[in-house]
Amino acid sequence: MVRQVIAPGSAKTAAPRRQMNGAQTLVEALRRVGVKLLFGHPGGASLPIYDALYDAQDIRHILVRHEQVAAHAAVGYARASGSVGVCTATSGPGATNLITGLTDAMMDSVAVVAITGQVPRPVIGNDAFQEADVTGITMPITKYNTLVMHPTDIPRAIYNAFHLARTGRPGPVLVDIPRDVSQEICEPDFETVPHLPGYRPVVEGNPNQITEAADALSAAARPIIYAGGGILTSGATPELTALVDATGIPVALTLMGKGAMDEMHPRCLGMLGMHGSAFANWAINSADVVLAVGVRFDDRVTGRLKDFAPHARFIHVDIDPAEIGKNKPAHIPIVGDAKQVLAALGPRVRAPQIEAWWKQIEEWRRRNPFRYRQRDGRISHQYVCDLLNRLTGGRAIVATDVGQHQMWMAQWYRCREPRTFITSGGLGAMGFGFPAAMGAKFARPDKQVLALVGDGGFQMTLQDLSTAVEHELSLPIVILNNGALGMVRQWQTFFYRGRLSSSILRNPDFAAVAQAFGARGIRVTRPDEVEAALTTALATEGVPCVVDVHCDPEENCLPMIPSGQSVAEMILDE
Amino acid sequence: MSEIAHAATISVLVQNAPGVLVRVAGLIRRRGVNIHSLSVGPTEDPSISRMTIVVDTAPERTEQFAKQLRKVVEVLRATAIDSSPTVDRELALIKVNVTPGTRLEIMEIANVFRANVVDLTEKTMTLEVTGKGEKVDAFVQLLVKYGIREVARTGQVTLVRGAQAT
Repeated sequence: MVRQVIAPGSAKTAAPRRQMNGAQTLVEALRRVGVKLLFGHPGGASLPIYDALYDAQDIRHILVRHEQVAAHAAVGYARASGSVGVCTATSGPGATNLITGLTDAMMDSVAVVAITGQVPRPVIGNDAFQEADVTGITMPITKYNTLVMHPTDIPRAIYNAFHLARTGRPGPVLVDIPRDVSQEICEPDFETVPHLPGYRPVVEGNPNQITEAADALSAAARPIIYAGGGILTSGATPELTALVDATGIPVALTLMGKGAMDEMHPRCLGMLGMHGSAFANWAINSADVVLAVGVRFDDRVTGRLKDFAPHARFIHVDIDPAEIGKNKPAHIPIVGDAKQVLAALGPRVRAPQIEAWWKQIEEWRRRNPFRYRQRDGRISHQYVCDLLNRLTGGRAIVATDVGQHQMWMAQWYRCREPRTFITSGGLGAMGFGFPAAMGAKFARPDKQVLALVGDGGFQMTLQDLSTAVEHELSLPIVILNNGALGMVRQWQTFFYRGRLSSSILRNPDFAAVAQAFGARGIRVTRPDEVEAALTTALATEGVPCVVDVHCDPEENCLPMIPSGQSVAEMILDE
Repeated sequence: MSEIAHAATISVLVQNAPGVLVRVAGLIRRRGVNIHSLSVGPTEDPSISRMTIVVDTAPERTEQFAKQLRKVVEVLRATAIDSSPTVDRELALIKVNVTPGTRLEIMEIANVFRANVVDLTEKTMTLEVTGKGEKVDAFVQLLVKYGIREVARTGQVTLVRGAQAT
C-alpha cells in the first residue's frame, strides 16, 4: 500500500493549515504515507473514519466479512508486495478480531499497520459499550502501539507507525483512535516527521566481524548457508545468489525463507527443519560453519537445541540484536541488514574447497529425495502439490493455510522468485491461507495467485468468499480435503497410539458452498480428474474458483523430526 | 533480597510516556521471570526516567533481557549490570511498636544503622534507613522482635561507579 518512503515537504512551502476533523486528518496522513488500499470492517467507534474514507477517491477500502480476514489480508498484501499492509476495525470486538492476524505479523516480522476505533475519551476505562483495552491487549503482539488522545497528534502517530512497521525488523503497529478524537475539529500539521529517539536500527554490519565471517567461510570444509525470511524482507536475494554462485556453498531455506533463493538452483537444498528435506537436515547437522542469515533458530528448524549442528561454528546475521544468541550462541555475531551484510561479505569470501562436501550432499540427495506414491485410486496430497508446482512453474504466488498441506506444499512447491510463498510460519494460524491469498491478489493483480488450504483451516475464514466474489478476484482456492485435521491426526497416529480425539471432520460440500457464494466450485475425487480441474481453476478469470480435492485420508507428512528431537530421530518412512 | 538465587540488575532509561512501565514489565513477565524490585523516577531530564529492575534470573540471561528491552520503542538505553563496580542503594520506612521501655533501645539500633526517626507516637516509631539491600534486611531483622507494623521499601537503585555511564 505504500509506494515510497515518507518525504514530508519543507516547512517553508507548507500551505496554511486547513481545518478538518480527526478522521479526515487520518485519511490525509494515510494518503501522505502512500496508502492506496486497506482492508477493514466498520463499526460504531470507527464511523467517523469511514465517513472520511467515503470522500477519499484515491484510497480503496476492501470490506471484509470478519476482521481476522482484514489482518490476514493485510499480511498477504505486505508479503506479496513488500509494502505496508493496512487493516482497520472498530473498537472492542472489531479490534479483538484482529488479534490473530497481528500476532501472525509479529511472529513473521510483517509490516502491517492496524487502525482501530476506540470509545470516546470521556468513557475510556469505564467499561463502555464495545470497549476493550486494545493498546493493553496488543502490547505483546505489536512492535509498537499507541492511543491517540488529540487529533493534532494523528499525523505524527501515523508517520511513526509506518516508519516503525517497515524499517528495522518489520512488524505490526496499531494506532487506536477514540471516536471523539476522530470527530474533533483541528488544524493538523502534516509536515511533522517521525520522532522516535529510542529507535535506531543498525543496518550496516561491523566490518571486523564481516572479515572474520569471510575467513571462517573461506576456510570451511563443510559450510552451509541457513537462510530465512530476513533475506526476503531486506531484498537480499541477488546478494545471496551471488555469494552462492561465487563460492558454491549450499543453501538450506527455512519455511519463511522460501523464495529467498531460486529453489531450482543446484546449490539450493530447499527447506530444512521438522518437515524439511532429509538432505538439508543432514547437511546442516554435518556442517562445520553455518552462515545463518535472517533466521531465528526456531524450534521447528533446530529441534533439540543442543544437538542442532553440533560441530558447527555459527555466523549469525540479523537486524534484530536480540535474536543473536537467543537460542544458540553465535561464534561470529553480525548485527545488520541482510542485504548490506551479504553485499559486504560476498566479495571477501574465497571459494572454499568443498568438492568432497558436495559429493556427500549429492549422495544424500539421491538417496532421500521427496517422494510419494498414489495408493489404489486415492489422490495423494503430494501429487496435487507437485502438480501445482509443475502447472505454475513455481512462479505463482502461493498462500497456504496451516497443517499437512502447508508442509507438503513447502516440500513440493519450488519457488523461483522472492515473495511467492506466503504462509503463517511462526504463529501457525489456521484460517490464514485464503485471506492472505486475497491480500496478495489485491497487491499483485498482475500475478497468478492461488490459495492452498486444508478442509479444516478453510472453514475458519471461508465466509470471505463473499469478498472475493464481490471484487471478482481471479483466485483459485485448492482444498486438500482429507476429512480431518490432518496434522493433528498425524500426531495422534504417531504419538498418541492412534487415538483420534476430535480430529475427524464432517465437512460440507465445498464446491456447493462456493457456488452458493457466487464462486466457481469443482469437486474432484479421482486422480485422473485432478490435472484438468487445477488447469481450469488456474485459468478462471474474474471469479474465485474453489477446487475441493478429496485426498487420501491416511497420508502422513514425512520426513519428520519429532518435536524436541534431533536429526538422528528423523522419521523417513512409515 | 537474601532469598533470591540469582539477582540481576538492569538499568533502563526510558522516555517518560504512558504505558512504558507496562511494556517493560510485560517483556519480563512473558519470559516467566519474577521482578524482585523495580524502581522508577525521573532523571535530570524530566522527559526521561530511569528504571532500575532487579530480576531473579541467571546472569547469562540478563543480557538477553537487556536486548529485548532495547527493542521497546520508548527505551533509550538498557544496561545489564554485571561486573562493573556499582553503588546500590535502597530506602526503607519501617514502623515498629514502641513502649517507654523499648524506645531508647530501638534508637540505639537505629544509630548503628544511621537510620533516622521520622515519626514518633506513644505506640509507634517510624524509621528511615538507606543502604544496600543487605543492610536494610539486617536492620529489619533486628526490629522484628519489637513488632513491625509496616514496611515500605523503594527497591534498589543503582549507578555504575566512576565516569562510566550506567
